[in-house]
Amino acid sequence: MGPIAQTISRLYGTKGWIAIGAAAFVLFVLVPVLNLAVPATHPLYVSTFLVTLSGKIMCYAIVALAMDLIWGFAGILSLGHGLFFALGGYAMGMHLMREIGREGQYQSDLPDFMVFLDWKELPWQWWNSDQFWWAALLVLAVPGLLAFGFGYLAFRSRIKGVYFAIITQALTFAAMLLFFRNETGFGGNNGFTDFKRLLGFDVTAPETRVVLFAVTGATMLGVLLLGRWLVTSKFGRVLAAIRDAESRIMFCGYNTLHYKLSIWTLSAVLCGIAGALYVPQVGIINPSEMSPANSIEIAIWVAVGGRGTLVGAIVGAGIVNAAKSVFTVVFPEYWLYFLGLLFILVTLFLPNGVVGLLKSRRRAVG
Amino acid sequence: MAAALDAALVGKLAFGTNNEKIAAIRMLVAQGEVAAVPLLTALAEGELQTAGERVLIVRDEIATDAVTGAAVTPLPEEREDVIANNRVRGAIANAVAGLRLLSPQRELRFEAAQKLLRGIKPGMLPLVKGALTKETDAEIKSILERVAATIQVKSGDKNSRIEAIRTLADSHSAGTPALLESILQKRKDGTFVEPDAEIRRAVTESLDAVQKRLAWGERAGLLFAGVSLGSILLLAALGLAITYGLMGVINLAHGELIMIGAYATYVVQNLFRAHAPGAFDAYLLAAVPAAFAASALVGMALERSVIRFLYGRPLETLLATWGISLMLIQGVRTFFGAQNVQVENPSWMSGGIELVANVVLPWNRIVIIGFAALVVIAIGLLLARTRLGLFVRGVTQNRPMASCVGVPTARVDTLAFGLGSGVAGLAGCALSQIGNVGPDLGQAYIVDSFMVVVFGGVGQLIGTVVAALSLGFVNKILEAWSGAVIAKIAVLMFIVLFIQKRPQGLFALKGRAVEA
Repeated sequence: MGPIAQTISRLYGTKGWIAIGAAAFVLFVLVPVLNLAVPATHPLYVSTFLVTLSGKIMCYAIVALAMDLIWGFAGILSLGHGLFFALGGYAMGMHLMREIGREGQYQSDLPDFMVFLDWKELPWQWWNSDQFWWAALLVLAVPGLLAFGFGYLAFRSRIKGVYFAIITQALTFAAMLLFFRNETGFGGNNGFTDFKRLLGFDVTAPETRVVLFAVTGATMLGVLLLGRWLVTSKFGRVLAAIRDAESRIMFCGYNTLHYKLSIWTLSAVLCGIAGALYVPQVGIINPSEMSPANSIEIAIWVAVGGRGTLVGAIVGAGIVNAAKSVFTVVFPEYWLYFLGLLFILVTLFLPNGVVGLLKSRRRAVG
Repeated sequence: MAAALDAALVGKLAFGTNNEKIAAIRMLVAQGEVAAVPLLTALAEGELQTAGERVLIVRDEIATDAVTGAAVTPLPEEREDVIANNRVRGAIANAVAGLRLLSPQRELRFEAAQKLLRGIKPGMLPLVKGALTKETDAEIKSILERVAATIQVKSGDKNSRIEAIRTLADSHSAGTPALLESILQKRKDGTFVEPDAEIRRAVTESLDAVQKRLAWGERAGLLFAGVSLGSILLLAALGLAITYGLMGVINLAHGELIMIGAYATYVVQNLFRAHAPGAFDAYLLAAVPAAFAASALVGMALERSVIRFLYGRPLETLLATWGISLMLIQGVRTFFGAQNVQVENPSWMSGGIELVANVVLPWNRIVIIGFAALVVIAIGLLLARTRLGLFVRGVTQNRPMASCVGVPTARVDTLAFGLGSGVAGLAGCALSQIGNVGPDLGQAYIVDSFMVVVFGGVGQLIGTVVAALSLGFVNKILEAWSGAVIAKIAVLMFIVLFIQKRPQGLFALKGRAVEA
């Protein structure tokens, strides 16, 4: 076997690869055809609303994958991942605001909210934001650098467990307060919305939506494979050792700081990418994405699906968010009861999540 | 409609020349005729008409007699409009603003006083002085005092001006320095706006005195605000210091236990209002144990049903208690509605002590500071002197050993958790007296409370006290300097960095801590 074939068989078995192939077929062929080529009256037609909703949920799935990498495999629970997601979203949102051009309400070169605040020119944060490549760079760099700096300080002084969780929560809370201010230069309470174009394409057109959907799906599958590749490597085994017995692995001569810092930064960057894909599909980004509640919800997606199983992260994000979409429409007042109960029941009775449950059943059967 | 107006004045308003009209308006103001406001507005808006000798206010084809206020039916056929020119309209605008000062509605008076402050007219002095003698609201009174002082300081003969300037030295109003400084201004060519050197000297002296006093007042106010915020943080964090600090349980539903305490206070208040309105002022005394009991019971139920299965799994506890908090929030929304509810201060808690100059210390804040001190002392005694406290400390320090010597650890856990939750309820009771009570009340305090406990160090009450007070101070000082949001962010960032340097917090338990 060549090295590539070896890697392929290391990641997933035959069944796994078939499942991924099937997912790819659905994401890249079936849904686009059913949305674009099938007439709206046909029973098999997939509405653009559904495409966008699934795209949104897949963005959440990417975040859940990123969370699973640090929580499930390195034992670091972050309650601030919504911050990295929102930062990626804001970086992309800035560019989308600039692409509106003069079609805003005030027909100005500046984004509407700046005209409203009577600003005469773009603040420094917006430098070069009309260039897509710059926006793409920010999407990766801002969450990455912030996570690197924060993680370096935290992991160096061996902050972990609950303490780490609480200070990440404080971090995202502080950032939310900061972004709520108009003076910060990102639209205050309202954030960014009313996007018109992305790379010259109309963001509301079904074709653009389908492309965004497919790109999100490709990213999700890519992140899944990347994560699988990481956790099955030696690096991944050291991470698991850190999760299970950090002192012991340190006495074995590993510098855990490097391992934790790399996976933590990677996780933040993945969240940033998810945020950047999320904003053009949902059409709005505002500071409430940074609220501590949102970040805690990410943890429950992973817990529902199953910690330490990458597929579980996708399953969990899918189940919880699909349920949320149904509940908030059909009986909005019961959604929080359901979500709260989910938190309690999953932690009490389902420590390995849905995927863990399925696995143990399969094992029990044969 | 109020009592009849002076018919001669109304006649002058309707039939007189412009000068006579303005004189009549001034007379009405000088007499403080609040009832003239509709008449004057009608004149300004062209709704005043005359039919022979009678003066009518005609609005939407319905006429009322301007003097008596009685309805006039049928509408007389022959009517003439009373014309008001710009000068008359200006006089009316001023007069209406002045007369509103005497209105029984607080908002109208407040608005009118502020309007006066923006456009001060010397002729208003008698009216303002008259209003001052009747005014009871402290805020409006201070505005009116400024108006009166401004008029007196800037006009009249030299001696009365100097006297007015001297009296301003004792002024309690925050606007006084600006007023005095305006007299000292120079023109572009370097000469003073105020030519009289004696007056200028009097102004400088008064200004010095006022500024010195205001500076002290501000410092004292800042100190008080810091202690006040600190006491609130302390109350909010104290329960957490027990459940997290002593027991190691990460209870993200802590904020909701605070909220339950606030709602318990609300329920007690409503019960008193409905069944014992005479004893309404005492409701708070009954609300304190009720809030404690409500939150303690909820807390104990949570401990028995969920949390005890998760001891030793802090991250899972965190998620489960978050779920509990969501359900509690939604539960309160279902029972009490999503809107904020009204909790009224008992009368003995409203108002405040005027310390110096512009600084008023509200009673409700003072009571809360005292209450927080009492709660801390009670908890300290409970932990240090009682059998339960001994058990709690024993279980905290060495659970298996405590169990071996016969401490019922499971029961101690439940009771300690109930105690921490009950203290959260007390915090809710206190918070209901100074802020809004709504389902989201607890969310606002959860991050802050954790910061206090983590900053103070886990396992010792003194750490929590010091941390809460110092964070309160730092927050208020930064707030005065950079604004509330930036102050809050700065404090959060400070704590985040502080924990990196000293993860055990300000006060750490001494001993051989082992990695958990």
